[in-house]
Amino acid sequence: MSGFFDIPSDLQASYVELIGLHLREALLPVLAGLLLALPIAQLCVRLRWLYPPVLWVTTVIYAIPSLAFFVVLIDYTGQTELTVMIPLTLYSLVVLVPAIVDAVRSVPQETLAAATAMGFGPVRRYVQVQLPIAVPAIVAGLRVATVSSISLVSVGTLIGNQGALGNLLADAMFYHRPELAVTSVVTTAVLAILVDALLVLVRVLLTPWMPRRSHTKPKAGQPDPAALALEDTAR
Amino acid sequence: MDSVTKRYPDGTVAVDRLSLEIPDRSITVLVGPSGCGKTTTLRMINRMVEPSEGTILVDGVDIQKQPVNTLRRSMGYVIQNAGLFQHRTIADNIATVPRLLGWSKQKARARAEELMERVGLDASLAKRYPYQLSGGQQQRVGVARALAADPPVLLMDEPFSAVDPVVRKGLQEELLRIQGELGKTIIFVTHDIDEAIRLGTKVAVMRTGGHLAQFAEPAELLSDPADAFVEDFLGEGRGIRRLSFFPSEGLDLLTDPVVAVDATAEQIAARGASGAPYLLVTDGDGKPLGWSEPGSLPGAAPEELLAYGRPFVAGQDSLRVALDCAVLSPTGWAVAVDGTGKVVGVVSQETIGEAIRGAHAAGRTAEATGRQDDSTGRPEDSTGRKADVAG
Ligand SMILES: Nc1ncnc2c1ncn2[C@@H]1O[C@H](COP(=O)(O)OP(=O)(O)OP(=O)(O)O)[C@@H](O)[C@H]1O
Ligand SMILES: [Mg+2]
Repeated sequence: MSGFFDIPSDLQASYVELIGLHLREALLPVLAGLLLALPIAQLCVRLRWLYPPVLWVTTVIYAIPSLAFFVVLIDYTGQTELTVMIPLTLYSLVVLVPAIVDAVRSVPQETLAAATAMGFGPVRRYVQVQLPIAVPAIVAGLRVATVSSISLVSVGTLIGNQGALGNLLADAMFYHRPELAVTSVVTTAVLAILVDALLVLVRVLLTPWMPRRSHTKPKAGQPDPAALALEDTAR
Repeated sequence: MDSVTKRYPDGTVAVDRLSLEIPDRSITVLVGPSGCGKTTTLRMINRMVEPSEGTILVDGVDIQKQPVNTLRRSMGYVIQNAGLFQHRTIADNIATVPRLLGWSKQKARARAEELMERVGLDASLAKRYPYQLSGGQQQRVGVARALAADPPVLLMDEPFSAVDPVVRKGLQEELLRIQGELGKTIIFVTHDIDEAIRLGTKVAVMRTGGHLAQFAEPAELLSDPADAFVEDFLGEGRGIRRLSFFPSEGLDLLTDPVVAVDATAEQIAARGASGAPYLLVTDGDGKPLGWSEPGSLPGAAPEELLAYGRPFVAGQDSLRVALDCAVLSPTGWAVAVDGTGKVVGVVSQETIGEAIRGAHAAGRTAEATGRQDDSTGRPEDSTGRKADVAG
């Protein structure tokens, strides 16, 4: 039983330290992605023509394998966490930018007209009306981005064991200890589910004004982010 | 508004050389078919749309000379579906403009509570969010929010068109009451001509292309539509609807055909001698019970009496209501009651017909003189509420 948590010494970290590392490498990029996405999305809302090309660029970036990023970045940032986090940040944009743009755009015309008519300037209107109303959709985007980021961190293994829990996968093969792979996959999945639940809690706390959805069915076609993470990790 | 034109960038002329003098402290209604430029006109007044040509003056000051947000905060704005901030509580919604104007939290909060009472909302709703309110309640919040900073001008764009007819009628009455108390200058947009006639002190009928077809008081609109378009837009039953503007005050009410249920045979014989074909039987309190032929009294059982239909309140209801009651009554006579429901007399269709002819004749002379001094003959009852117009 102890074999599951008996971390090989080459990783120079305990199980708990690996979890901390994993969370840092996964969450910081999402945070950076959010900070980037907010102004980009605002630009896309103001200048309608900008949205399609921005969407195209983020999608293309998402299609670039992380390995390709590593090859380029390693000359500049070396075998560090940063090299892992930069592509993860860019990947998160493909979810966050459209989530924010659509959310801000879906604020009812009447609400906007009412705000304008009451003498809200454009900035005040964005910060006090559009963004708060967009919170649920932004959090929904954050959930997908976070969960996918948590699973993607593992590829950092490829550049000098920067994959946190993912490093256990490589060690499992290297030392022929399959139980390490189980530890890696299960822990990653549990992390994803916990962080996702935390985000839902944040959403609920931020939006007391939303109708309680206890009796509404979850929308079909919107896969549960946690389930996605399990899939990603298993891949 | 002086010769105001709005041409949108795509070339649409939404409003074409519109000139309107909107009277202070009264309700002016803009009415017309969809796309005739009502919303555009309204939004030019608070500069949400900038006019292409012409000037708009408020109290003699060109609105272009004021900072735009100052102008907007001095005008309340109410729209269809209320446009409430779904992420703020009812109290915070109402307090929006006072907060923008820098009022303290407590003062704004107190103001919100005061306004909730004024528009007929229970204080317990203050902490709720918009999704927890019915459409009619949301609309009330919209009105309260527009009134929050006590602006002299209120702009309303089809505020009541998304609620059902019963709620709408209640909101309209509430608006007239609030207007009676506060004396705001209200500009009200609707595509419902009945609403226009019911609410407006003056009504501007607009035609597609942003032209003004007629600007007149509702009674004049009904009696003298300027052209075929206005006539068509007013729809059926203009004559009957116009009766709403004639008070039932001067009606010749007969008390002879009214008998108490415990009247003696002689009393009934005396009443029957007046020649009325039916007598109205009242209970001990003077409330109506039903009609009966003089021959079958006294002692007619209550179920043998003919239903008296609906009574009208003498002096308060209009001739339209009186006529309606007479038409509904199986005997052709309408029952007039006072405010407490006590019978004050009865009146026949023929007598109401005479009163209508008399009112028309008086209207013509009043019109002839009224054109010179521009006096408003706005029909109001004692509570300041307008006569019942929409049928
Ligand atoms: N932003 C815009 N750009 C171009 N044309 C516009 C714009 N807004 C309105 N219009 C046009 O101007 C005309 C008047 O529009 P407006 O919204 O004032 O009509 P309305 O009388 O309020 O109609 P409704 O009763 O349907 O609300 C319409 O033909 C409309 O298509
Ligand atoms: Mg409109």
